[in-house]
Amino acid sequence: MSEKSPAPVEFKSKRPSLGALLIAGIPFVAMCFSVSLWDRVEPRILGWPFNLVWLIAWTLLTPLVLYCVFLIERPGSGRKPDAGRVEKPMEESP
Amino acid sequence: MTSSQVSLGIIFVIVAFASVVGILAGMRRKMDLEQWTVGSRGFGMVLLWLLMTGESFTTFTLLGASGWAYSKGAPIYYLLAYCALAYVVSFFILPAIWEHGQRHRMQTQPDFFAKRYGNKWLTAFVALLGLVSLIPYLQLQIKGLGLIVHVASFDGLGRTAAMGIGCAMVTAFVFVGGIRAVAWVGAIKDFLLLGVVLFVGIAIPVLYFGGIGDMFDAVVKAKPEHFVLPGSTSELGHRWFVSTVLLSALSFYMWPHLFPTTYTAKSGETLRRNAILMPLYSLALPCVFLVGFSAIALLPREDAGDLSLLTLVQRSFPAWFLGVVGGAGALTAMVPSATLLLTASTLVTKSIVRALFMPSLDDARLARISRWLIVPLMLISLGLALSGSSTLVALLLLGYSGVAQFFPGVVLGLFWEKVTRVGVFAGMLVGVSLLVVLMLSNNDPCFGLNAGFIALCVNGVVTVAVSLMERRAAGFDPREEQRS
Repeated sequence: MSEKSPAPVEFKSKRPSLGALLIAGIPFVAMCFSVSLWDRVEPRILGWPFNLVWLIAWTLLTPLVLYCVFLIERPGSGRKPDAGRVEKPMEESP
Repeated sequence: MTSSQVSLGIIFVIVAFASVVGILAGMRRKMDLEQWTVGSRGFGMVLLWLLMTGESFTTFTLLGASGWAYSKGAPIYYLLAYCALAYVVSFFILPAIWEHGQRHRMQTQPDFFAKRYGNKWLTAFVALLGLVSLIPYLQLQIKGLGLIVHVASFDGLGRTAAMGIGCAMVTAFVFVGGIRAVAWVGAIKDFLLLGVVLFVGIAIPVLYFGGIGDMFDAVVKAKPEHFVLPGSTSELGHRWFVSTVLLSALSFYMWPHLFPTTYTAKSGETLRRNAILMPLYSLALPCVFLVGFSAIALLPREDAGDLSLLTLVQRSFPAWFLGVVGGAGALTAMVPSATLLLTASTLVTKSIVRALFMPSLDDARLARISRWLIVPLMLISLGLALSGSSTLVALLLLGYSGVAQFFPGVVLGLFWEKVTRVGVFAGMLVGVSLLVVLMLSNNDPCFGLNAGFIALCVNGVVTVAVSLMERRAAGFDPREEQRS
């Protein structure tokens, strides 16, 4: 291979399914986009401000959400993640 | 023995113990470039988790987060939000990055761009931008290290001397150990840091207010506006929050030093499982916030924010405990600095020096030059840390805005076959230029949005638009056109 500019290699990565992306979007809506809905001090929970409790709660829920995504992505994907696969031809499978 | 001798002595013992562990871990293996940077790609779940937590929780977590909680208030909640969301993003992109890294034997982030887009100038630009973004992050660690040693000496050691000592320790540590050393010292550091953070976060409110709820009662009554956005600032409102959380969550794994970490994984599966558990680690953050919030009622307003946690610990606990906190803090600065240094030097030698100027350089000599390059890199960061006056959070956000510019190139490169090198190059150039203009003209935040986020969006749009235009101009056959 010449040092100058080797040909670019297309990376074919399996795209995540729509369902997985939608579920993964839940924490984004909850912790980020909806900030104006939960950004307040009252009602305080055990003395803690509401917005802080909300974020902590979602930090705890995020692993559960990700586990759901994990389960969705796994079956039917039909590939061994460990196998360093050989370069695939470029054709898009319809 | 005076208090400062006790606390400094304990810091020294902790750092020395950890360094010996790290150096022993590193010495048992033969060090070539592959081993030194990506640990021969054999890291399983435990080592990987240690390495990743070790790299994401830095001295910033301890000092910067409590500092902002104290001086700015609610805006620091952005940290809690993005830490969880960054792992959601990582769940999707890291396994893909790993897979191609494995297949094409990549060691660094520019390797990714080199392989995907096949252009050495683009690659060198990526390396340069990565280097420039790493420097504020490194500067932040050195600054934190300096604060720790300074407070632990009860103001006996000046900041300059403190930072100098810290730098020497980090340099020696990286020089001998490499990445495996980092993983093991990271384990010690995480254990200590978690213990310290949980204890201090709960003990200080209990000690002064009688409980966490009582602490909130007192400070919320005193400063109610501090606890909702924009907190005690005028410009960090909801739009800033959303844009900053998105910017940080999307670009978290765009840091050049996290690419080699990804390659150290044994499999894509390890990375997915890891991503599921990682958000739990950020539960340490609220404890740090508690210290910063307590400081509102306990420290005079004019105190520097980044010192609030250390000052409170110094006033509330015996000197030996300050030493333990300082030791944990010093390791949280050293471990990430080591990784940052390793990465920065490999970026320069491999993707700039070898790719552009000395194509005949072999791996062994490259590794040797990389090692020596650590010294000047450290000196540059030390110089900047001594002269700069930004808060720790400001430095971190600066670095994030820089690495965010890789996001379109990496993610489109992985999942969208139509993206072209010209598109990516154009997007990055426009994004970086816009960022520089906004920063230098003091327009951050701009219209309430984080400037880095604006630059990222523009970058993405330009990348896609230019790629599509180029394809159209080339007559619909992308592969022929790119090969020519």
